[in-house]
Amino acid sequence: MSSTDVVHGINGPIVTVKDSKEFLMMELVSVGESRLIGEVIGITEDLVTIQVYEDTTGLRPGEPVVGSKRPMSARLGPGIMSNIFDGIQRPLLDIEKQSNSAFIDKTANVLKLDEERLFEVTIVVSIGNKLSSGQIYATCPETEIILHKCMVPPGVSGEVINVMEDGKYKINDVVVILKDDDSNIYELTLCQNWPIRTPRPVSKRLLASVPLVTGQRVFDSLFPIAKGGAAAVPGGFGAGKTMTQHQLAKWCDADIIVYVGCGERGNEMCQVLNEFSELIDPKSGRPMTDRTVLIANTSNMPVAAREASIYTGITLAEYYRDMGYHVAMMADSTSRWAEALREISGRLEEMPAEEGFPAYLPSRLSEFYERASRVKTLSGAEGSITVIGAVSPQGADFSEPVTQNTKRFTRCFWALDKTLAYVRHYPAVNWMTSYSEYFSDLDPWFTRNLGYEFIDYRKKISEILHEEDKLMEIVKLVGSDVLPDDQKLVIEIAKIIRVGFLQQNAFHKEDTFVPLNKQKQMMRIILYLNQKAKHLISSSVPISKLIKLGMFEKLTKMKYDIPNDKLEMFDDYIKEIDEKFETIFKEI
Amino acid sequence: MIINYIGAKEINGSLLVLDGVTNASFDEVVEIDIDGGMRRYGRIIQIDGQRIVIQVFEGTESMSLKNVSTYLTGRPMELPLSPEILGRTFDGAGRPIDALGEIFPVMQLNVNGRPMNPVSRIYPRSYINTGISAIDVLATLIRGQKLPIFSGSGMRHNDLAAQIVRQARISDENEDNFAIVFAAMGVKNDVADFFKESFQNSGVLSRVVTFLNLSNDPIVERILVPRCALTAAEYLAFELNKHVLVVMTDMTSYAEALRELSSSKGEIPGRKGYPGYLYSDLASLYERAGMIKGKSGSVTQIPILTIPNDDITHPIPDLTGYITEGQIVLDKSLSGKGIYPNISVLSSLSRLMKDGIGEGFTRHDHPALSNQIFASYAKVMDVISLSSVIGEDELSSIDKKYLKFGRLLESKFINQASSENRSIDQSLDLAWLLISSLPKSELNRLDDDLLNTYYRDEDKMEKGKVVLSAALDELSKN
Repeated sequence: MSSTDVVHGINGPIVTVKDSKEFLMMELVSVGESRLIGEVIGITEDLVTIQVYEDTTGLRPGEPVVGSKRPMSARLGPGIMSNIFDGIQRPLLDIEKQSNSAFIDKTANVLKLDEERLFEVTIVVSIGNKLSSGQIYATCPETEIILHKCMVPPGVSGEVINVMEDGKYKINDVVVILKDDDSNIYELTLCQNWPIRTPRPVSKRLLASVPLVTGQRVFDSLFPIAKGGAAAVPGGFGAGKTMTQHQLAKWCDADIIVYVGCGERGNEMCQVLNEFSELIDPKSGRPMTDRTVLIANTSNMPVAAREASIYTGITLAEYYRDMGYHVAMMADSTSRWAEALREISGRLEEMPAEEGFPAYLPSRLSEFYERASRVKTLSGAEGSITVIGAVSPQGADFSEPVTQNTKRFTRCFWALDKTLAYVRHYPAVNWMTSYSEYFSDLDPWFTRNLGYEFIDYRKKISEILHEEDKLMEIVKLVGSDVLPDDQKLVIEIAKIIRVGFLQQNAFHKEDTFVPLNKQKQMMRIILYLNQKAKHLISSSVPISKLIKLGMFEKLTKMKYDIPNDKLEMFDDYIKEIDEKFETIFKEI
Repeated sequence: MIINYIGAKEINGSLLVLDGVTNASFDEVVEIDIDGGMRRYGRIIQIDGQRIVIQVFEGTESMSLKNVSTYLTGRPMELPLSPEILGRTFDGAGRPIDALGEIFPVMQLNVNGRPMNPVSRIYPRSYINTGISAIDVLATLIRGQKLPIFSGSGMRHNDLAAQIVRQARISDENEDNFAIVFAAMGVKNDVADFFKESFQNSGVLSRVVTFLNLSNDPIVERILVPRCALTAAEYLAFELNKHVLVVMTDMTSYAEALRELSSSKGEIPGRKGYPGYLYSDLASLYERAGMIKGKSGSVTQIPILTIPNDDITHPIPDLTGYITEGQIVLDKSLSGKGIYPNISVLSSLSRLMKDGIGEGFTRHDHPALSNQIFASYAKVMDVISLSSVIGEDELSSIDKKYLKFGRLLESKFINQASSENRSIDQSLDLAWLLISSLPKSELNRLDDDLLNTYYRDEDKMEKGKVVLSAALDELSKN
């Protein structure tokens, strides 16, 4: 009998139970009189090890441990959107209400989803329909812009034998009843459970051939990421990881954002809450929160829940993907999650591998990043999850295990650089060490939508930056005065690219989001100036004379001067370059 | 029923192991009598069936397996609190050591605190004027922020902290509403005396709550010091609605105490022997800064840590930097030049600054100006490294201007007397004056409006018979 199982040992978040054979691996259990939530993480002949998601202060040996016979699961149904959860999907606002305090008490009995709220449900199947897993049987508007689709849970199928009328329902009301071939009856409500550590099934994976447009020049133009891809954003503290994540969450063209604050600062999460509720989504005219789910497990909240928060986040993301949405998931930061693994592993006295991290770190990381995907869902729609994981390497040293292993499982690497952050070059993405492996998958899309020149421009821009990097080695030693004019030109053009193109001002109305077409035009005009100037310099016009024309400075400021909807102004710029250079040309 | 457990199974460092205990709860406080006389306190840190491990606060000296008698209190470690704690001094376990008698508690709070619910927080936006130019203009301190000072041995971080405590004021608040909690962990006697004297001289002693654990006091108590201090701070801020500034020094000693304890418990070490949970442990302290809805008080933290061997990648500063909202880094090469406070401009940062400065907070030109100073000063560094290769004479004229700007910034702007209290307007005006030593074309972070209003053209100044150096003299007189 499981009810006789009692606490034996306690060590921080780790609790053991002696002589029990009742528990399943990864089973959800309730621990002690105050019914703390825990999960079975190890079973030996005489000891069952449980990690507890809450503070264990005051727990005594001999208190009961009760199993639930099911794994740690997320509750999936309407009411997730716009909500703010902790790492194990407990709504923080309800915790606040229940504990009536600004501090989190031990509150095990908060419901994951509001069971009293009524949703306006439309049933989309009728009696006699045969339904299989993943098919949609009902819809309801969850927020103004997100239509929630209730899907037959994986593993369930059958013929509809009863349906309710359209109308207002709570999430636990039965709306459709199925009967399968073996005459099993399934009562479908608006919600379902899914174990957080198991990926939800899909019909098939698709090639990641559509970019996630972020409106951030350095990402879209130089290091693009595909919808369904995974990117790592490593950077030491103060390099602007969080700012970058915020910008991406605000502006990327995903339908839904799942933002996981994993072991990060409380004030920062508070800022996300404020900003997202104030920010109006440019596409729908509604607040960002209408399409955002936040998971906030700050650094001082229990460490085991931090470990779970990443899985909770991706499970919610998969659920919306299965409805046919494009989801972007931001995880800030995966290093804190890895540290939670290390901490728990240490308490279990497991043999450590590199830097004290457990040997299973790489496999856990790959399991997580592999859940990013562009897929055909079970119901035949297309959906995707793009994962953007921040990595906080210790001492900004990219050779540490979390960064290195993350690199292996993501195809985009946006390395943030402290020295760039020092000079307030934001986003502080280092163009020399960052890379994207999605070029070959995405180039057809770019060619189709922006013309083949776009790819050509990108290559040239990146060539100039690489050339500048080489020249800077010399400049550092002997100063820029000794360089010949054609090399000085490279440095000047690279300066325009760095300051005028790569640097992007998140607080500027026009510059915070830049459409792809403007990005292309900006690259075009920089390269145009480069080509014209090169021509004149080869006719031995000194570069100082060209700079005096003011065009170099003008291009540096074009990101502010040319509004996003007045791209015809670029032609005026071209004309101006032509005219000014023409006068010089005539002089010689 | 009071049960005393007689004897012990094992004693190791500060840990006492008992067997046959049936009613222990995790993290509860125990009282230990030695030979029926001396009383010590401890905390249960591990339970394994009937075997419990107790961490003894005052150390296990003169305990034997036979002479101890342990009583379980059934409560976690709590701090007695009342408004009378202001002006008092306590030891690491929260007992008064100033011979002024016991506190009569209005309430008892668990020293471990509880995590603040992120949805109940107020995002901190009001700036604190510290009167120190380098902080106010370049790394603005915000009420509810945690902003550590990264220092090293031989630098004047204590002077800086004392100056901040003395001068820090919030413009829109009356004077009565603030309190200071001072937590000293493993500090030398002299340092404790220095702070006490400095509080006394500035007349704030009656608003200070001190928690003292000197470097020769037991290390177990050192781990409790910040917890007690922050519990007191939370009480003052959220029960009595005061603005509390918590100064914690030295976090390095704290982390070392944690390491010592961890190794005596036989835990698997992480980086440099520090326990794997160092991040979570530090976070459980630093995250106790902030403001919450429905309360007008706030907790602002200034932890001080001395970086071992000036290595900023050492786990303590590294993990601290990841948790705190920025850092103020002190630089040895500046202190070598005789500059106080020796704040390193480029590596110091305040993350909350962007939303707490500018129009309506400090002054509308502040954000762009501070950005420009960072960018220009970074260029100064490049020029310096170039000049060390080719010599100063070979520099271009513009590079020479940068060099001059760098020197002026260090000697006139960063450098100030420890008694000097500059208003935010004074600091910003001074910064404009210095940045005007660079030509307008170099200032690409400032838009034309700002330049027209604030830029001090040398030509114009010549005409008005005000040259830069004279303007500087004039400004420093004010």
